[in-house]
Amino acid sequence: MNLLMALLKRKSVAASLLFILIVVVAAVFAPWLAPHDPTRQFFDGLTLEGAPLPPNADFYFGTDLLGRDLLSRIIYGARTSLIIGVVSNGIAVIIGTLVGVTAGFVRGWTGSILMRLTDLMMSFPALLLAIALAAILRPSLWIVALVIAMVNWVQIARVIYSETISIAAKDFVAVERTIGASSLRILFSHLLPHLLPTILVWATLGISTTVLLEATLSFLGVGVQPPMPSWGNIIFESQTYFTSAMWLVLFPGIAIVALSLSFNLVGDALRDELDPTLKGRL
Amino acid sequence: MNSSKPPRNAPVLAVERLSIDISHGTGSAQRVVDDLSFNLQAGRTLCIAGESGSGKSLSSLAIMGLLPKVAQLPSGAILYQDRDLLGLPDRQMSRLRGRDIAMIFQEPMTSLNPLMSVGKQLEETIRRHKLDEGGGATRRAREILEAVRMPHVEKRLRQYPHELSGGMRQRVMIAMAMVCRPKVLIADEPTTALDVTIQAQILELMRELQQELGTALLMITHDMGVVAEMADDVVVMNRGVVEEQAGARELFSAPRSDYTRKLLAAVPRLGTAPELASQAQRPRVLEVGDLNVRFPVQRQSPFAKATEVHAVEGVSFALGAGETLGLVGESGCGKSTTGKAMMNMLAYSGSVKLDGRELNGLKGGALKAIRREIQMIFQDPFAALNQRKTVGELIGEPLLVHGLADSAGRRRRVAELLEQVGLSAAAAARYPHQFSGGQRQRICIARALSLEPRVIIADEPVSALDVSVQAQVLALMKSLQDRLGLSYLFISHDMAVVEQVCHRVAVMYCGQIVEIGSCQQVLHNPQHPYTRRLLSAVPMPDVDHKRDFRALLQASEVPDPIKPRGHQPPPLEYLEPQAGHFVARTEEGSLSLY
Repeated sequence: MNLLMALLKRKSVAASLLFILIVVVAAVFAPWLAPHDPTRQFFDGLTLEGAPLPPNADFYFGTDLLGRDLLSRIIYGARTSLIIGVVSNGIAVIIGTLVGVTAGFVRGWTGSILMRLTDLMMSFPALLLAIALAAILRPSLWIVALVIAMVNWVQIARVIYSETISIAAKDFVAVERTIGASSLRILFSHLLPHLLPTILVWATLGISTTVLLEATLSFLGVGVQPPMPSWGNIIFESQTYFTSAMWLVLFPGIAIVALSLSFNLVGDALRDELDPTLKGRL
Repeated sequence: MNSSKPPRNAPVLAVERLSIDISHGTGSAQRVVDDLSFNLQAGRTLCIAGESGSGKSLSSLAIMGLLPKVAQLPSGAILYQDRDLLGLPDRQMSRLRGRDIAMIFQEPMTSLNPLMSVGKQLEETIRRHKLDEGGGATRRAREILEAVRMPHVEKRLRQYPHELSGGMRQRVMIAMAMVCRPKVLIADEPTTALDVTIQAQILELMRELQQELGTALLMITHDMGVVAEMADDVVVMNRGVVEEQAGARELFSAPRSDYTRKLLAAVPRLGTAPELASQAQRPRVLEVGDLNVRFPVQRQSPFAKATEVHAVEGVSFALGAGETLGLVGESGCGKSTTGKAMMNMLAYSGSVKLDGRELNGLKGGALKAIRREIQMIFQDPFAALNQRKTVGELIGEPLLVHGLADSAGRRRRVAELLEQVGLSAAAAARYPHQFSGGQRQRICIARALSLEPRVIIADEPVSALDVSVQAQVLALMKSLQDRLGLSYLFISHDMAVVEQVCHRVAVMYCGQIVEIGSCQQVLHNPQHPYTRRLLSAVPMPDVDHKRDFRALLQASEVPDPIKPRGHQPPPLEYLEPQAGHFVARTEEGSLSLY
């Protein structure tokens, strides 16, 4: 509770938390909040020439190429983006941290094998790997989330690995050994708190990367399947009309940027608040 | 040597009423150097002495025009050849830098470009200052290396910084600084990172070069021994304020300010410590027998022979109850490795016995149980404390790990321990970074004491501390020993400190103990040539006894500790000139032990 109060004191963080809350509410209560059915193609949703409508009184954010309500699609799309951004990125962070910490702390054969595995994963182009995986496993939202996690954990593992090695070499870890502390105690009580800043930064940065990767996969047809909307596939569907119907790219684009920025700000603030040596400074 | 000093005359460089502020962002500023004035004269040496945070380094950076951006210069002037360096545009300043005013830093490795050979770096400096071109530059590089008494100059020119030892690197730095024959040489703690014998070599070298070239030398140091060896004039600084400014002889014989007196009193002087009452028959607590530590060396090629570094070689000694045994030697001699092996922090062969119980090979629960008996204190108290834990959590952790007390009991014990090491119980709620260096070391000591050990291995426990703080921590360790009957293995490179606290001393060289005996025997009647060499290099805070380091300038070759796997050097033979005083037998005059 103290932590939350400390976080809310920073205006940028309070605004970020508010925005994240709005997106979560939108995702959960989409059927009640959305003004229209996101997949319904309206007869009056297109001009006589067949062009999408700009924002107006009926369609607050305008309509897309097929005459569907953009606002409703963005509200429903929040579900996809949150699941991808939070769940799949969360899985990636957990796997990456586990692999990195284990390899860095245990070293030896176990460490070598884990890191060579990571290198192997890294040497595949991430996108190709995702396409291959998604093609084998029939694409659905959850499968896409899993695929993205599988592609994204490698960088985190690499970073956490080298960080762990440098922290484990510090004197205070040697002191822990001399007082008889067990490896598990050293790991959880002394190493992880020092890794937290790195983990938080990667976790928040990862949200924007994963949302964009999902968009790419959707564009290539192996991501979230239409007509189900996601912020990524809305942008990709309409990117060629950027000059004539820029609202189609602008609104979901703003949503992605704002969401990842919010997570970044919250992550940074969390990192500072959890570090006792920085307490009381800004 | 003093007789040849030129008389005082017009200063080469004059610092007048220099003040420096460090700004903390929002308008607030802290004065770190306040109203500092001094003159540098050709051929003379001025030392700025002070403890950490005294502003001595910032003053020297101001002269070089290298102050960090947060530093502001509110007032003062630095006059060089009738020009104020503070007002000089950057272009002109950088032309002066290196050519007229040169600087040597503490850490030679970080000041040299690791990807450029020594010869290339020297030639580059020569060309940049347009001293010479092409072949001439190469010739000059060779000459200057010869001037700094570099052995095997041709080989050194082709070598890279990492291939040189610390002392050789510092010689290269001096060569680079002196190649333009600057009028002023600023040396910021030039020997702090070096061993005493190497320090003596570098100091001697700087004295000789100064005499040859008539350079004005400005030396920044925390070591009053170095000040006494080098200075003609001294400025003592404390928290940015000049405490005293005097000629060296005057300062050491009749210090005027309280601070200088306190500082000089805190400096341990070799040969002045009262002899500690040595109880001849102490029950033995710890026995080390034929301890060997070897580290495998990575093979250069799959066909190369497997080799090992012999870090510790056949070390044996015993530690009595309530006794302090000093383990001294220069860096790389294996003293810290011996301590770590005794803590079972690395694999070793041989035996370490605590009350007759063998510690080698202990694992799991048995090892954990032994941790209650034998604890360790590290050199850098800041690195040894997890900054994310409160002091209370840190000191209480050993009790938690060993299940010795519930949380209320831990809190009581932590408060007790804090008071025992001279801190208030309220410190428990704070974090390590909120304490000073000396206080942090007290916290580390409290932590080591929490398990009520009988033996403490202290690895350079006061080396990272200022002298005044150092004296306090040593006094604390001594009083704890008297009260609790602790035995210390005191690992240190500082002979004067060792003399103050140790009952017995062991001198290590290349992984072996070459001399061991009572403090009196080893330090006041040294028998082994290495011990003598080491003692002769210790700078003394006494202007009337300037040491002649010339004999040390001939660098002795250290034997290569890398041997083929399985190599078994013959064990050392020990002579016993006096009861309890053992000295390794050597061939006449030779330091080679293998």
